[in-house]
Amino acid sequence: MLNVETLNLPNWADARAFVPELVMFGAFLAALLGDIIAKRRPWVPFAIVLFGAVTALSYAVAGLDIQAPAKILGDMVVVDGMSSFFRMLFALTAVVTVLFSWKSEEIMGPGREHKGEFYALIALMTGGMMVMAESTDLIMLYLSMELVSLTSYVMAGWMRGSLRSTEASLKYMIFGAMSSGIMLFGLSLIFGLTGSMTFEGIRAALSAGTVDPLALLTVTVLVLAGLGYKIAMVPFHFWAPDVYEGSPTPVAAFFSVGPKAAGFALMIRFFYTTLQPVVDQFDWPLMIAVLSVITMTVGNLSAVRQTNVKRILAYSSIAHVGYLLMAFLMLTEQGLQAILFYLFVYTLMNLGAFLFVTAVNNSLKSEHLADYAGLGFRSPWASVMMMIFLFSLTGVPPFAGFIGKFYLFAEVMRREWYWLAIVGVLNSVVSLYYYMKIARALYFDKAPEGAGAVPVPALQIFAMALLAVPTLLLGVMWGPLKGVADRAVAVIAGL
Amino acid sequence: MEVGLTHYLILAGALFLTGTAGVLTRRNSLIMFMSVEIMLSSVNIVFAAYSRASGDLSGHVFVLMNFAVAAAEAAIGLAILVEIFRLRRSVNVDDLNSLME
Repeated sequence: MLNVETLNLPNWADARAFVPELVMFGAFLAALLGDIIAKRRPWVPFAIVLFGAVTALSYAVAGLDIQAPAKILGDMVVVDGMSSFFRMLFALTAVVTVLFSWKSEEIMGPGREHKGEFYALIALMTGGMMVMAESTDLIMLYLSMELVSLTSYVMAGWMRGSLRSTEASLKYMIFGAMSSGIMLFGLSLIFGLTGSMTFEGIRAALSAGTVDPLALLTVTVLVLAGLGYKIAMVPFHFWAPDVYEGSPTPVAAFFSVGPKAAGFALMIRFFYTTLQPVVDQFDWPLMIAVLSVITMTVGNLSAVRQTNVKRILAYSSIAHVGYLLMAFLMLTEQGLQAILFYLFVYTLMNLGAFLFVTAVNNSLKSEHLADYAGLGFRSPWASVMMMIFLFSLTGVPPFAGFIGKFYLFAEVMRREWYWLAIVGVLNSVVSLYYYMKIARALYFDKAPEGAGAVPVPALQIFAMALLAVPTLLLGVMWGPLKGVADRAVAVIAGL
Repeated sequence: MEVGLTHYLILAGALFLTGTAGVLTRRNSLIMFMSVEIMLSSVNIVFAAYSRASGDLSGHVFVLMNFAVAAAEAAIGLAILVEIFRLRRSVNVDDLNSLME
């Protein structure tokens, strides 16, 4: 119930807990202004946003040892261990994407106008994702999701004059607007059924057990449409391959990790807080289990047939959502720890794989597997790192992806969902095929006659190394990250 | 006859279905956007009706926020449509096939 007298109005104490978001939103405004004041020199917004993202990252890392959850901004936003973890993840994603976009022809190439605004948009979206991961109120949930969505429509259509990019943007927009409309209808019914806008109020109303199970099923399905779209869960995944293919590659890289992780964070908050008490009335984990199986199977089987590397990676990212959903429906702390750990590792390796595509795209101007022939010798450093990312995505030891998958499957086995684990393992085997298809093109296929070296700028090699080194290190020494994930789950609000 | 909560909900449900059907069946992207806006309006009606019935103001707040978001979405959507029309001379989604395998 909204009561003006008791409303916890925003104040300075709140601002102190909200620094990374404020920094990102501030960087957005400063980058836009700086772009104009500096007469459209793109390095000004680039530097501002890079500085902002690094600052946000350091604040987020400092916030990791949070002691107790704090509700701020009129109880709409909660700052707890999970918020801090996701803040760190998003700030890291922003840093790498900003670094990488600087030398990308698709973003900065000739013919692009107002290049500086791209960095401003990244800052805005990063701030939006952070808020998404910490909202505990239907209003904040909707506003933060739309902030991220609207920004991403613009970023997908960044290449003005390119039909593919504009088309990607339109498809993203239509699917996105529709699924958020469906989700909104679900939210409005939840408000009607429970009379509350906050997740905790909804939980309290649902625990009373007065809500009809059929009504619950309806609203859950409606809300899943919106959240499932954000994380690209089957059957709301249709946009993903097209949008990833059409968007500029650094943008696709950003989309495949950032909004997806933010969607997962929101899903965890929403489902774990509101729907956990009604598990025995209505078996929604089983519904998610079925969707998870379909998601990973569709993702993997579709990826096998693709010849465009961006599309392969798009379908593979859908498959990874399936793995993550397996742990999601366990409803345990260990499952959450596994999800956070995997999301971090997934961010590293998936971002890395997309960045490789960006890097070689500058001189190849193609994303087709056939054109990747012999790249291992034409662009040795980048290709070695790509191999690390591919092995890690497959989940073979000693790479970080293996550890991540191990924790996911261990939790599924511990809760005795054996059939789910078996499907997951079989799916991982399928994924080996198409990841190795890329690897084969890189090292075993003969480069065409007269094909020269494919130079990759030092800045991009550096950004890839930022991702490749942790992917390797976490494969042999995962304790610290696991500790961070455990700690994040230990201080979590409302579960 | 007294017009009560149920009537508003029926109206909202009908609007929502109209909007959904519009997005799914029409091929003109402008009409599809319009249908999405209809879906958003139906949501507003549900929120306003429940809010009025229960006396809780937060539903009204949501409606206001929803207006702002819908306006922003329309602005971005129309900009994208203009760009598509410049490139393709058509806003029919069936003509947009440069991203198919």
